[in-house]
Amino acid sequence: MPAKAGHPRSFCPMPAILTENLSKDYVTGFWRPRPYRALDSLNLSVEAGEVFGFLGPNGAGKTTTLKLLMQLVYPTSGHAEILGRPVGDRSIRRRIGYLPESPYFYDYLTADELLDYFATLFGYTRAERKQRISALLDEVGIGAERRMQLRKFSKGMLQRVGIAQALINDPDVVFLDEPMSGLDPLGRRDVRNLILKLRNRGCTVFFSSHVLADAEALCSSVAILAGGRLLTSGRIADIHHFQVKGWEMVVDGVTDAAVERLRGQARSVTRIAEGRYALELAAEASPERLLHDLTAAGAHLISLNPVRDTLEDYFIEQLSQHSTSRSLEVS
Amino acid sequence: MRILGCIALNVFKESVRDKVLYNLVFFAVLLIAVSFLLGQLTAGQDMKIIKDLGLAAMSWFGLFIAVFIGIGLVSKEVERKSIYSLLSKPIRREELVIGKYLGLVLTLLVNLSIMTVAYYLVLGGMAWMMGGWHLPIWEAPAIDPRLIKAIVMILLQLMMVTAIALLFSTFSTPLLSAALTFGFYIVGHFNADLKTFETVVDSKPLIYLARALYYLLPNFAALDIKAQVVHGQPVPLGGLLMNAAYALTFIGALLTAATLIFRQRDFK
Repeated sequence: MPAKAGHPRSFCPMPAILTENLSKDYVTGFWRPRPYRALDSLNLSVEAGEVFGFLGPNGAGKTTTLKLLMQLVYPTSGHAEILGRPVGDRSIRRRIGYLPESPYFYDYLTADELLDYFATLFGYTRAERKQRISALLDEVGIGAERRMQLRKFSKGMLQRVGIAQALINDPDVVFLDEPMSGLDPLGRRDVRNLILKLRNRGCTVFFSSHVLADAEALCSSVAILAGGRLLTSGRIADIHHFQVKGWEMVVDGVTDAAVERLRGQARSVTRIAEGRYALELAAEASPERLLHDLTAAGAHLISLNPVRDTLEDYFIEQLSQHSTSRSLEVS
Repeated sequence: MRILGCIALNVFKESVRDKVLYNLVFFAVLLIAVSFLLGQLTAGQDMKIIKDLGLAAMSWFGLFIAVFIGIGLVSKEVERKSIYSLLSKPIRREELVIGKYLGLVLTLLVNLSIMTVAYYLVLGGMAWMMGGWHLPIWEAPAIDPRLIKAIVMILLQLMMVTAIALLFSTFSTPLLSAALTFGFYIVGHFNADLKTFETVVDSKPLIYLARALYYLLPNFAALDIKAQVVHGQPVPLGGLLMNAAYALTFIGALLTAATLIFRQRDFK
């Protein structure tokens, strides 16, 4: 796939993705139909060139939002724009890519043929299609299997083909619904690297995920959604200060007596194996001093890590606040 | 046009890979086997029966393809969610519906063309074995070019059936769509009776209802000229063109309704 230089891809004063009071009601029940609000007044703004994580538990409204942005469902109220144009504007589809959750494609086609089909819809010439398809399938790690019918593909391979089809038009904005789903650790690493590559090319990446570690590693901004409502959104650095809450040290080759002597400097000491210990220190403690004393007693350092809140801690905190406020609303 | 062609070719490719055209083998075997059997059993009527049987087989094989593929054209895309990726590309929803329709019509056309070739080969073979192209006992020659007229009308009927199946598949389940399409096909063959309903009932509302249904329901009988062609009776071109125009108008109305429904749909 030809890389476009520069970051971001082009100077874009307007947000890459914008939603204003976007709501969606589904009707449930056959005899007594009643509306079910899947998304409630979503206001979101995603800057061009950033990797944006759209997080939330099952049923939060993530997929509904993506479907609204793709016009697979129509909003009950509100408005959405991509690259400054309303989502209903067909010209915008030339500049976006979309990977649905657990994608399914025509199982009678090969990976090559599927991408050729989609590339033809974009109006690429035969030579362009051939070149793009070959480069993309290489990039997502589909090798000789590209001439195999998709019915023989594993879930992980289909996910890779799904990512390739989302990138067939070298999009400016890519929407990925649970891109890590169904992938093994190697596949997840490949997708993470691919998302970073897209970001470096200046592409805006909007992805929904349950895997918070991935979001933490990749995203500059996130939004957290629950029960169809936006709980919070913004830059990771702004919405939460991930302060150091302590230290975790693992040492080896130390005697029990030496550990007993230094126990006072640690909050807790756990014996892992003969001569190997895990020590937890308070945030205000000095890991350097303890390490010095331990090495003087013959220990060598295995690891030293700061303990801090993760995005997962923040996510769980937000969700518990949300459920508490809903309980209060109900009572 | 590029998008329509692309979607249509994909439908055709799916039909071929799903081995839909295997029905041609059954058709050829059936026709040849019955021809030899009739050659032993009948005297003089064999050519007419083969012609009748061939046209009926074309009609029924085509009907099953039109219904069973037609009902899945859109609903399968929705059910399997392949539509999600497709609709995120720069295509209109109506292009998807029309492209799918054209793809199945292409499949039917190829299917019917190959059947026609096999049909004429069997008729030619029969005539050769009997020692003449137009024996005095036959009402029409063995290799009768007028049979093409009946085959074109069969294609138009199948195009109507496909449009009906496609319309139902935009809002209904595959099973219900199949049942409704078959129902319409059967009713459409007895449609002419509705026009003359006043001869059997006196009730004005019932007569108006029957007249309304006559215009609303498809009239397949108008497109069925198999009997006339097989018996060598004249089939005026003017009438054929009128009926063809009726079929195309009906198809146009069905496709318009299908695209209107499909355009409003939410894909949950």
